[in-house]
Order: sequence, then C-alpha cells, then structure tokens
Amino acid sequence: MSTQVQTSSQQNPPKSVVIRIRRRDKPDAPQYWQEFELPYRPNLNIISCLMEIQKNPVTREGKRVTPPVWNMNCLEQVCGICTMVINGRVRQSCSALVDQLDQPITLEPMSKFPNVRDLIVDRSQMFEHLKRVHAWIEIDGTYDLGPGPKMDQDDVMERYAYSRCMTCGCCLEACPQYDGENYIGPQAIAQVRLFNMHPSGKMTRDERLEGIMGEDGITNCGNAQNCVKVCPMSIPLTKAIYEENRETVIHGLFGWLKR
Amino acid sequence: MAAGTNAIKIAIVGGGLAGLAAAMKIAEAGHSVDLFSVVPVKRSHSVCAQGGINGAVNTKGEGDSTWEHFDDTVYGGDFLANQPPAKAMCEMAPSIIYLFDRMGVPFSRTKEGLLDFRRFGGTKHHRTAFAGASTGQQLLYALDEQVRRYEVGGKVQKYEGWEMMSLVLDDHQVCSGIIAMNLNTLELKAFKADAVIMATGGPGLIFGKSTNSMVCTGSAVSACYQQGARYANGEFIQVHPTSIPGEDKLRLMSESARGEGGRVWVPRQKGDTRNPSSIPEKERWYFLEEKYPAYGNLVPRDIATREIFQVCLDGMGIGGGNQVYLDLSHIPAETLDRKLGAILEIYEMFVGDDPRHVPMRIFPGVHYSMGGLWVDYDQRTNIPGLLAAGECDYSIHGANRLGANSLVSCVYGGFIAAPAAIEYAKNIQRNGADGSRVYDQELQRQQEVNDALIKQFGKENQYVIHEEMGKWMTDNVTVVRYNDKLKETDNKLLELMDRYRRISINDSNLWATMALPHARHLKNMLELARVITLGALNRNESRGAHYKPDFPKRDDENFLKTTIAEYSGEGPVLSYEAVDISLLNPRVRDYSHNKQETVSATVAASASASGLPPKDGAKQVPPEGEEQKPENLSAPVIWTQDKEKVNAPVRDDATRKERDKGIEDAGGKSDKL
Repeated sequence: MSTQVQTSSQQNPPKSVVIRIRRRDKPDAPQYWQEFELPYRPNLNIISCLMEIQKNPVTREGKRVTPPVWNMNCLEQVCGICTMVINGRVRQSCSALVDQLDQPITLEPMSKFPNVRDLIVDRSQMFEHLKRVHAWIEIDGTYDLGPGPKMDQDDVMERYAYSRCMTCGCCLEACPQYDGENYIGPQAIAQVRLFNMHPSGKMTRDERLEGIMGEDGITNCGNAQNCVKVCPMSIPLTKAIYEENRETVIHGLFGWLKR
Repeated sequence: MAAGTNAIKIAIVGGGLAGLAAAMKIAEAGHSVDLFSVVPVKRSHSVCAQGGINGAVNTKGEGDSTWEHFDDTVYGGDFLANQPPAKAMCEMAPSIIYLFDRMGVPFSRTKEGLLDFRRFGGTKHHRTAFAGASTGQQLLYALDEQVRRYEVGGKVQKYEGWEMMSLVLDDHQVCSGIIAMNLNTLELKAFKADAVIMATGGPGLIFGKSTNSMVCTGSAVSACYQQGARYANGEFIQVHPTSIPGEDKLRLMSESARGEGGRVWVPRQKGDTRNPSSIPEKERWYFLEEKYPAYGNLVPRDIATREIFQVCLDGMGIGGGNQVYLDLSHIPAETLDRKLGAILEIYEMFVGDDPRHVPMRIFPGVHYSMGGLWVDYDQRTNIPGLLAAGECDYSIHGANRLGANSLVSCVYGGFIAAPAAIEYAKNIQRNGADGSRVYDQELQRQQEVNDALIKQFGKENQYVIHEEMGKWMTDNVTVVRYNDKLKETDNKLLELMDRYRRISINDSNLWATMALPHARHLKNMLELARVITLGALNRNESRGAHYKPDFPKRDDENFLKTTIAEYSGEGPVLSYEAVDISLLNPRVRDYSHNKQETVSATVAASASASGLPPKDGAKQVPPEGEEQKPENLSAPVIWTQDKEKVNAPVRDDATRKERDKGIEDAGGKSDKL
C-alpha cells in the first residue's frame, strides 16, 4: 500500500534537496540559519523533508544539532497550522512541493507573530480578533427550531468563499499595514462580511461593524492588495474590505439614527 | 452537593466536532467547561471531512425516513452496532443539520433555496447535506464560532497547546480530572473536573501513513485504556477506498466524488500503459459497476476497498501497480467545481494533474476507526465520571461506517455526552476528603515518566520505531488479514515495545520540543496497536471492514458480539459482549442486490429459523447463480413484515427491559436537541 502516484516527473531530477532553516531556540534568543541536505525523492513536500531532518538532525557540515520544530496537522491545506515563509513567500508547507521550488529552499517562521521556536509562531491574536468582531451567528439556542432561512445559491457561494478562511495568517504576513497591533487586518474583516451577509447574521450587523471601526480598524487598509494574492483559499479579501468599508461608512453616518 | 449546580465543571479533551458540540451544550446549560486541545481547536482533524453529513430530511420525494437511514447504517455496519443508539442518531440527524443551517453553515441549496442533498455510499437516497466539498471544515467552524461566543461569555476556558497525559482516578477508580502537559514548557498540571469527556478522534497514526491528521495518535484514549477504560471493537479499522498516496500522508479523495457520478475503472488489458483518455470505453473495466449492479460505484467502503485491493493484487492495477482510476472527466467542469471544488483542488495541488480532464489515480488508505472506548447509550465509559464521544468511542458504526455518518455521529455523541456528564456531575458526592492527594500522586507519576524519558539514553530512534509499527500494521492489519501474519505482527509490536525502552530524546532543547510528546504518543500507540491486532486475530470471521480469506463468511453464531479489550498491565485481555439487535434482525449483507431484496431473503430465512440469525453464518456476496430473492414480494409488503418484527418479543425478557430503557433514553434525548 505504499506506492506513489507518479507525477509528471522532472526531466533531470536533482540528487539532493538542500534546505536552509531560520531557527530560534526560544522566544528571546537570537535567530540563526542552519542548512540541511537530504536525498532527493519524487513527490517530496516540505513536511516530508522536515520529517526526514527530524529523524536524523545532522547539518550539511555533518554537525549533529537539535531537530528543528514546526507545526503540522491535516497536511491537506485545510487546517492552516503549518504556514511558514518558504523561499520568501508565505504559504502552507504541506502543499509546498519540492519539485516546484528553487534550491536551496529557505524556510522561515512568519514574521508578524511571536516566534515560539524555529518555525513555530503564536497566532492567538487572530482568534482574539474573531472575538472582537463577533464572528458568529447569534442563535437563540441549540434546541430544535427547524431549518434556517432559505437562501439563494449565489449568496451561499459567496459566503462559502469567505467561510473557507482557515485563520492561517498569510494575509496578515503579506500585509504592509499589519504589524500585530495597529490594524485588525483582512482576515477579521472578511469574517465580518461572512456573517453580515447571512439573513440572521444581518440582524446583529452593527456589533460586528463596530468591531472594525476603531483606531486599528478597517480604514488602515492601504490597498496594497497583497492579502488577496497570498490567500491559499483564494478568498476575495479585497472585495470584503470594499464592502465592509461601505457598510462602516454608512453605519458611521446614519447609525446614530437607529438609537 | 458542595455548591450550586453552577459550580459544575466538565473537562473536555479534544476540540473537534464532538468536543465542541459537547462544550456548546454544557455552556448553554450554564455550566463551565475546560476545553483541552493539542492544536487550536479550529485546526482539529474534523476539518478534513469533505463530503457531507447524513440526515433523512427527505426533501427529494424519495420516501426517505430516519428509519431507512437507521436501517442503512446498521446494514452497512454488518449488524455489529448496538441498534438503539444508531437509531437515536438517525432520528436526531435532521435536526442536527437544521441547527448547523441556522448557525450559518453555507450548505449548498436547491433552486427553491432549500438545503440540497447528495447521494453517498451504502444508500439509495439523496441524504447527504454538503457545503461544497469541505463540509467538515464548515461544520467545525460553526461550532468553533458558537464556542467562542461562550468563551467570551466566560463559560468556556480553552487550553490550546495542552495535551492530556492521563486521567486522575481516585481510590475508587472514579475519574475526577486529568493531567495535561503544556507543549511549550512541558509543564505538567492537574485539572480538577466533575466529569471528563474524551473527544480525541481516531488513532490513524498507528498505521504510519493514513488519511488522518498528525494529531490523530489515539494517545489520550490509549492512556484511558491503560488506566482501566474498556476499548471495544478495536479491530474494526476502515480503509477508505480512494486516497491519494503521498510521502507524508495519504490524502483523502472523498466518497462524494463517486456520489456525484465518479466511476472507478482499470484498463481491461493488463499492463495497458496508454494515456487513460485515449482508452476507449469498451476497453475499460468498470469493475464495481459490473460486480454490484445495484449500488455500482457507491457500494460501502469496505467492499470498494477490497475490490480495488484485489484488482491490484491480480495485476490489473494501472501499469500493474497499486493504483486504479477514479474518473470524473465525463462530468461538466462547471458542475464539478460547484459540487467538488475543494477536493479537486487537493488532487491538483498534490499530484499536479487536473481531475476535471484526467482520471485520478487512487488507492485505499487507512481512514477511520469504528472501534474505540466502550460507552453505554449515554456515552458513559465503564469508568465513573469518564465519557466519550465521536470517533474515539465505538458506539454507532458497527463493523463499517457509512460515508457522511461520521460528522453526524460526532455531533450526536457530543450532544448526548453533554447532558449525561451534567447529570452525573449533579449527582456525585464531591469528595473533599481526598483533597489534592490523588492529583499530586498522578502528577508525580506522569512527571516520573517524563523525567525517565528525558534522562534515558539508548541507540534506538523513536521515529524509526514509529515507521516500523506503521508498516507492519498497514501490511498485516488492514484490508486482508491472516492469523499467522497477525501473530507475527503482535510479536513485532512486542519487539518494538522492548526497543522503545532504549530510545533517546534527540532534542536537548526541551522548549517546544516535538520529541518528548512524540515519545509519549509512541508508547500509547504501541499499546493500542496490540488491541487492534489481537482483536483481529481472535475474530475468526469476516464482517464489514474485518476480512479474513480463511474465514470468508460472517459468522453470527460465534461472532455477533462486541470485542472488549481491557488492559492487564502486560497487554490486552479480550472478552465479548452481546450486540443489541432488538430492532432489526441480522440479514445477509449483499450490495449486488437492492436492499429490499436482502430484506425479503431474510424474511424467508427467519421464517424457518424463528427469528434467530441464520445458523450457517451469512454470506457477504452470494456465489454466482444462487438466487436469494423470493420473486413475489414487493417492497412495501416487505417493510410491513420487517417492522412487525421490531415489536416481536426478543429472546430474553430481562435484557429486553434493558433494551427498552436504552431506546427510551436515547430517543428521549433526541427530542431535547
């Protein structure tokens, strides 16, 4: 049961894979680079390379070192945990295939989040943002109240696109405005869009809008449009920012009338 | 009771669908939850479920019903499941789907704006609600959002990045909390709880590569087993027919690909190396459609897996290798994008071919454990104060799980476990006398295990041991099982356990290390691997996912029973427990015919055997030419007859009472959703 799917194999496969990893022993320690080399096999992704290094952590110079650590879980690019910066681009390491990368391959932790160790970062801030924008539907209760509201398939498709956000942080890493505190960022704004589009979610729309209207709110977007380019789920983040910007302006102008 | 009911605190281990479902219910009831998860809960393995969630909503005018769903579930599980909880789950299923609909899950819609449903394996009905092809992700997020709401409200305290190491049991073997380890600092800490709900998912990593996520080690469940929890039906491991083989894992290709019309085939010509698109229709062998005309490509997973396995074993795989085609290229690309987009992207991303135009190459991969912690109809394990829900319990799926039943069983399990845990917590005597002694003792025991592992030095590599275990388990304890190979595998596991004593933690930096947690997982995985292997060795029949060529038939007389493993200190001790078949009589499981026909065959058989299962055991597939179907029975008549049997007296009156109670309990709970 261990045969590999044969892909369109390269013409001249390299003999080995060289990987440079930017490491850090603990949060307050300095960063440093280490280089590892492993035999080439077809169909390698970054995770399988890291597993290989973990098994026998010896650098290219033959020095035995501590094994690099990283986060991984689903390996199907739906959990978002294995995100890192690979050859300068932020993405998930499970779907980064060696055959499609230039060597030496550089791996770095994301730079916009606290670096725990090696390639591990702490993205809990993103989950805090979800709390702030009330990223949920206020259901009355979990008991049986029958089906939800009828919906147009086109609206569902639009919401589906936003609801695929796996909180990986690529958009924040690529955003020139985001540095952890001054801007809530595209991820949370897209979630506001997701819930404000829903017929029940609309009813508590204002609470979510207020979550993105503060000093670090939606107006900090500099329209660099990097977020939408790096999003692994192809979420229309800039569209969400546009729509919610409109909503917040209207809410800012006329919201007081409702009170 | 020491304080008001508001003082109740439940610990939930695992933040996937089952754990979050339970957390939401407990918080909604006004009680406190400590929620432990190795990864941030939004990154749990539930996100990997693709195809959908079953519920007999019957919006397609097909005459579907919860009873039909129940019958499919039990029939698909080859009659090994206790029937009352399976029935209760099927009855709750439509309201579960509606609840998720209200929570904002973007389920696909019909033109009228209603929920759309698709077909899945093992049924003839459109019963599966879906959100694109990432239904698990969408359902998990919906619960994650609701639980976050309660987190903001102060009812739920999350411990993400904490891993459960063991249970805290008092002198009477009552569970009163857990020991968990912070994965950054390796700090061990005792957490008190009035009850503990395990919701840790499956043990796929025991098989090395599987479709499971990397957190699915089964480690925490194994710890419970080693502390006295009974583990049931461990030998029933579902191997999914269609996965994409990879270096690091086997990526799932959802059953929805076949549900939407995907066809499995190989070239008729052995070793045909032509481009698949250039092989004409008549030179393709659609072996599932040919052998199972009634269900075709949508036979249950165990059957599809064995057929694909056998085709490859016979050298008929693509290019003679271990691959067959799963073909969607005859379906318009636009339809595929709408209904299956997410999974097609996965194939494209990891293989590089576009499945809209080129048939996919797939092979079976370990996918799901039907077995798990033994629980009663209220999700309670045999340890007082310890409950379990989701894939880590054994209760719903019998010998084989039907596609799209996993999501519904996770939520159902969580929804039953939550009130049961609260009920238990309300009624226990909170024993202040023990004070912190039992916690301190267990904490110290776990610290000693960690310290010993960190200090010990040997030549063995823990990752190599894991690989060897995975290879042996995959080769010998999956699709086809032979007793001599199973014995060899158990010996190998004993050897690996011996070698485990000589591993070194190869990381001198203990901050956020992966090495020590993995070493802890590995020990627990080895213990659970023995449960799976010995359970398989001792079950001399073929049933559902468990297939032995030397015992090719289902043997109801000897093996219509649940395997129970209990830890003895040296390994598992096996015993057996009767299966509750109070609602449906076991009948031949035969997917080459429509289900109604198999019902009629059983009606005829049971008429002569006075309601008892057929003595000579039942066949999975009848030999050619053997007609099982009495000609003159039309479907409605059969159903009347079958439903009458439900009310017919069962053999033993005492157990009957128990069963009735179980039905009430389970059914009553479903009303409360």
